[in-house]
Amino acid sequence: MPARIPEVVRKAAFALTASTALLLSTTACTGQSEPQAGDDASKEQTITFWHAWSAPNEVKAVKSLVAGFEKAHPAIHVNVVGNMTDDKINQALRAGGSKAPDVISSFTTNNVGRFCSSGALVDLDPFFEKAHIDPAATFPKAMNEYTQYDGDRCAAPLLGDAYGLYYNKTAFAKAGVKSPPKTWSEFAADARKLTIARGDTYEQLGFMPNYHGWETTTEHYMGQFSPTWFSSAGKSTIAADPAVADAFTLQKKLVDDLGGFRKLERFRAGLGDEWGPKHPFQTGQVAMQLDGEWRLGMATEAEPGFEIGVAPLPVPDDRVDEYGKGYITGTIAGIAATSKKQNAAWELLKYMTTDTAAVVAFSNAIHNVPSTLAALKSPDLTYDPRFKTFLDIAADPNSTTSPASVNGGVYLTTIQQLGYDYESGKVTDLKAGLKKAAAQIDTDIAQAK
Amino acid sequence: MAATHTLRAKHRRSALRTLAFLSPWLIGFAVFFAYPMISTVYFSFMHYDGFRAPTWSGTKNWTYVFEHYPFFWPALRNTLWLVVIMVTLRVLFGLGIGMLITKIKTGTGVFRTLFYLPYLAPPVAATMAFAFLLNPGTGPVDSFLEQAGIPAPGWFNDPDWSKPALTLMFLWGVGDLMVIFMAALLDVPREQYEAAELDGASAWQRFRYVTLPTISPIIMFAVVTGVIAAMQCYTQPLVAGKVASGVIQGAGTMFEPGYPEHSTLTLPQLVYNLGFQRFDYGSACVVALVLFALSMAFTALLMRRRGGLVQAGD
Repeated sequence: MPARIPEVVRKAAFALTASTALLLSTTACTGQSEPQAGDDASKEQTITFWHAWSAPNEVKAVKSLVAGFEKAHPAIHVNVVGNMTDDKINQALRAGGSKAPDVISSFTTNNVGRFCSSGALVDLDPFFEKAHIDPAATFPKAMNEYTQYDGDRCAAPLLGDAYGLYYNKTAFAKAGVKSPPKTWSEFAADARKLTIARGDTYEQLGFMPNYHGWETTTEHYMGQFSPTWFSSAGKSTIAADPAVADAFTLQKKLVDDLGGFRKLERFRAGLGDEWGPKHPFQTGQVAMQLDGEWRLGMATEAEPGFEIGVAPLPVPDDRVDEYGKGYITGTIAGIAATSKKQNAAWELLKYMTTDTAAVVAFSNAIHNVPSTLAALKSPDLTYDPRFKTFLDIAADPNSTTSPASVNGGVYLTTIQQLGYDYESGKVTDLKAGLKKAAAQIDTDIAQAK
Repeated sequence: MAATHTLRAKHRRSALRTLAFLSPWLIGFAVFFAYPMISTVYFSFMHYDGFRAPTWSGTKNWTYVFEHYPFFWPALRNTLWLVVIMVTLRVLFGLGIGMLITKIKTGTGVFRTLFYLPYLAPPVAATMAFAFLLNPGTGPVDSFLEQAGIPAPGWFNDPDWSKPALTLMFLWGVGDLMVIFMAALLDVPREQYEAAELDGASAWQRFRYVTLPTISPIIMFAVVTGVIAAMQCYTQPLVAGKVASGVIQGAGTMFEPGYPEHSTLTLPQLVYNLGFQRFDYGSACVVALVLFALSMAFTALLMRRRGGLVQAGD
């Protein structure tokens, strides 16, 4: 007869097994590979391209772009995979394998620093040199900046995004506002005039200032204040640069003036989502909207029943001469370090990001800002006259972007978190909050290095 | 001599046979427990981003998680809140519903189905439905409360109400526990109730001295599995936070854990955030080990308490 297992052993085994179930759910396998570039791009082959676009017209535009490439390079076939999030892209770049992408594109520039510093995407400088293309002379300044980190150009811009101000012309006329505001003071006054209360909520809100108002992120507000972000030694300067405090103060004043955080949050909770037809600007629930150039096409298609106006975002009162600038970001594209077809991948990347006709056609189809200087000036560029505002913002030398960091957009998340805490009243001492956030950013960067 | 040799050979054959029978478990244990366990401990002391070769970093990851990572302590507090409050309420509610249905004379099948159906709802769909119902601006629950003159909470948009809202949702899906408790309650010998009634025991006394001791192993099962599930809680708080914040997760959208104000942040979310978004595997392993240690501690504690709950011979 088998001996009974001692009680203590049984209990320990049970506890261990139960705990293991938990641990296993949180353990990951890892892999890596060395970059290779010894392939022959003239040979018959298929490469894989992952992108993040998902709307039917966007998917069609990507297909058309790739078809143009395949026509120009008959030996290279492209397997296109769309609707990819950054999480999936990151994991595929890490794991590699036969199904992993050779070329990727991502909607955010936040990950460029990590892509470059980790070696996930190959350095494109040798490819550009071999092709006799000078990136600095090819891409607009801000786009040229956000596609590299610490001297490593691991990405190229694939169309850009410029942020501006959308306004409801009909509501403006009703409120007696004659033109879009140029300074934040004018903006605050107009936002109040355009706000119509209805009981505890709003019939129409002049502007949704809360940081959860989708594109109203801290970095988009701050772009108008031209902060420095980091010192030459790589330390956070948000506590020392008055531009950051000014941006926070302005937003908080807007929140307080327009009804207070809780009332605004309650209103926001009932609004339609950012990418749906019930977007609050399109429904007329908010009269002004900080947004990217893509909103023009989306809002027009929604047939909102009012006239849509477009202008650059306001600037601080003491920087009126810089009116016309905006925050710039965009889609980036790169070649996976795990790709065994890097020369063929480069041919696709080069076509998509530097061929003027291809960039112009893609921009026309997607309604994003072209990402080369030649394409920005191309006569083939067709657009709604209002879209010119975004082309001008992209070309404005005072326009800003947020720099790449070794840990991606973690520093932006930290600043955004301070924004949430400050607008809600959880943090009242802004100076102390900025110091704490700067220290956190430096610690996070040290941890990632 | 020959007899000893034969005996040794017999023992060896027996040992080999035992090992052969055990091998499926041994292989599974080595691959799915020993290796990940050792790797997790190993990587918790390494700097590793998944691309470059790991390098030794000593206790840096541990210090970072405990002292500098701003989300760790809020996530730990939230996880413990769910373990203590949510599990307790789920067990009590599941038991209550189970008892109620066993007492019903007619329509038991209908009630069983009605209470069990929510458990079958996919977690994401259920969470989105609750986020819609509890929307403070347009949700029908708050509209009803306001019409009744009751102050309407912000639910998933209010840090004080987000965890109670999550708990409400988990109580709604308590069908699994209800079925288990019903089976246990129907198994309680009727003669014990009859004997207790003859002795003049009240309803509470019958529950305390007859029902509870008999179903205590099932309560222990519900508590232990509930604690483990609460510590793995990931999807529902994440979806609730995302939906309520208005942020649609997609390419280009910054990850914002725990909306509002970290109140729906849990430790498994941190493991994902650190490991697969920040690519700081070392720190992710530290959080995973904390979860493991917590799970061990809770399970051990419950097993110690088991003596007081479970009758001898169970």
